[in-house]
Amino acid sequence: MLANRVAEKEAFRRTGPRHDPQIFHHSFVADPMSVRQALRAALARFLRQLSEDEAGTLELILAEVLNNIVEHGYGDGLPGTITLSIVRDRRGLSCSVSDDGVVLPASALLNPADPAQSRPDPASLPEGGFGWCLIRDLAEDLGYHREGNHNLLAFRIPLVAPLPTAAP
Amino acid sequence: MNLFAEARNGALVVQVDEARLDAANAIRFKDQMRDIIAQPAQRVILDMSVIGFLDSSGLGAVVSVMKMLAPERQLDLAGLTPNVQKVFHLTRMDTVFRIHASVSDALAVGMRDAG
Repeated sequence: MLANRVAEKEAFRRTGPRHDPQIFHHSFVADPMSVRQALRAALARFLRQLSEDEAGTLELILAEVLNNIVEHGYGDGLPGTITLSIVRDRRGLSCSVSDDGVVLPASALLNPADPAQSRPDPASLPEGGFGWCLIRDLAEDLGYHREGNHNLLAFRIPLVAPLPTAAP
Repeated sequence: MNLFAEARNGALVVQVDEARLDAANAIRFKDQMRDIIAQPAQRVILDMSVIGFLDSSGLGAVVSVMKMLAPERQLDLAGLTPNVQKVFHLTRMDTVFRIHASVSDALAVGMRDAG
């Protein structure tokens, strides 16, 4: 029985990458607890392909993006839906997030030549304004598109490990 | 929100017994901390060793606790896990907090200063 389990585990370890999920898609209600659940689900989906540091980065970027939509996109307890899609590709995790909230202010995406201009000064003991700085620091190829009443935000999270290839 | 406070060596040590300090519980954290720090203690040490995930809302809440105590009283942080440390580093808020590897380290520093 135990030997069987060990053999199964070994077989899974060898052929595992072939079955590693490459796509995550999830729509959920825009509230803090649903964001937590979405983060947990997204992380669980890709955990085997990520280092501990990469998993932390993925969770942080997604948390900032999603909670920003909950607090500012919809805000004031207005009901709304968020759709999160993540695709594993050659260069990392390609993420897209869509919602029907208010337009994202252009300042969120600006990355001025002097990055210090756009980030809160620690000495002033800021209690907010960190979110977009973290997103811009950690995400690549950040892009935003407004289409009708929809917001679409796309970005990439770089990963060190190569894309797992199918076992022969 | 589980917070445990105890007086140790003249400092008030508050352990955050939560896996996350984020948008979902940051306000509750602030409110409970406001009650806890009503106790007189010159120095408050926040034990963050259980927190595996902190986002910008959680960071903002920790900053606001520091401001509740200032300028007469001091907030020290202890036991930051790697993910939490990363947020403090990226935002450079690690430059405004006294951060210790553990609560016992924080208490040892306090004893040295007192002596």
